Amino acid sequence: MSKKRGMELMVGLFMIAGFLAFAVLAIKVSGLTDFHNGATFVVEANFTNIGDLKERAPVTIAGVNIGRVRSIHLDPKTYKAVVTLEINKSNDNIPVDSTANIFTAGLLGANYISINPGFDDQFLKNGDVIENTNQALILQNIIGQIMFSLKNKK
Amino acid sequence: MIERIVNLGRVGIRICENVGRSGWMLLNSIARKPDFKHGFSATVEQVFNEGILSLIIIIVSGLFIGMVVGLQGYNTLEKFGTTQALGQLLALSITRELGPVVTALLFAGRAGSALTAEIGLMKATEQLSSMEMMAVDPLHRVIAPRFWAGVISMPVLATIFSAVAIYGGFLVGVKWLGVDSGAFWSGMQSNVDFRIDVVNGIIKSIVFGVVVTWIAVYQGYDSVPTSEGISRATTRSVVYSSLAVLGLDFLLTAMMLGGW
Repeated sequence: MSKKRGMELMVGLFMIAGFLAFAVLAIKVSGLTDFHNGATFVVEANFTNIGDLKERAPVTIAGVNIGRVRSIHLDPKTYKAVVTLEINKSNDNIPVDSTANIFTAGLLGANYISINPGFDDQFLKNGDVIENTNQALILQNIIGQIMFSLKNKK
Repeated sequence: MIERIVNLGRVGIRICENVGRSGWMLLNSIARKPDFKHGFSATVEQVFNEGILSLIIIIVSGLFIGMVVGLQGYNTLEKFGTTQALGQLLALSITRELGPVVTALLFAGRAGSALTAEIGLMKATEQLSSMEMMAVDPLHRVIAPRFWAGVISMPVLATIFSAVAIYGGFLVGVKWLGVDSGAFWSGMQSNVDFRIDVVNGIIKSIVFGVVVTWIAVYQGYDSVPTSEGISRATTRSVVYSSLAVLGLDFLLTAMMLGGW
């Protein structure tokens, strides 16, 4: 009987080791520490061109992560990209005249949204739309423009 | 010529028969009124046999695979001057692919083959038929706890494997080759998604657990009850489950990347 108890103890330790490994994967590896998922509010921004922006891309102010892109779809009337941003409740003091830009992390990195705060006294609320936006810098367009202006100089 | 076509058909029929019989066996052994009193302790015993006895090989190979991925990744990333991305590379490749797949292959070799041999020998020594004589259903008594134990052990082993492998990569990358520790962990945390990478890896390992154990028990239960038959069944069990794991891995990855 004691052999059997020892075995059950080992199995119990085995399962606990499994849960511990799972916790390591969840917290240390995937950084699952933002459990306050409900505490966000949603604003929209319309861009002429979003370049390579993907869902779940970070939203930053001054380089600090304050939220992420929830969804992207095309407005069928204006042909603009409607980007829905999910911003943490703790950052609910963004002025309504702020500007949303799409930047690229590094030379070849992923795109993200950077918000330049404005000066208005009114703050963005749930469901608001950011009016001032700058479209993504498309490398090919820039190269095309440079080529064009170089040719014209000659 | 006709002979060949006949043979082809015979092979096809035999494959269909085998698939059908294995499904029927699985259904008969697990779909019934659960008997917690006996079933639980028998399953615990089998988790010991299949899980804990495989733990050493899982930990050692996890450590070495993590170290090798760290070393290879570092040498490749160094060419582009982006050794900071080592943590991300290591964690993504291990939680998504290497963890579940290598664990399943090792599990098939370590636990699956032992299961097949055990059940095959039970059949050869007519223990299974004598159970039937005593009105004890061998499917329920022998197959079901072994099957459930495999399904439980596999994800646990794969999770341990992934954690150990990432630690191995950390040892090589940070402690030995001098990648910055902060960049290593933060790059990993910002690029690994819990739902998409970690949970999908665990889903994979559960599927592999079902498949590997199912093949192992069926090959044992269906083996020819001679010493040669058992040796054949053991080989087949390892070969089939390895192939099934690799094939299913492709399918599952395609499904998961396709946004399922």
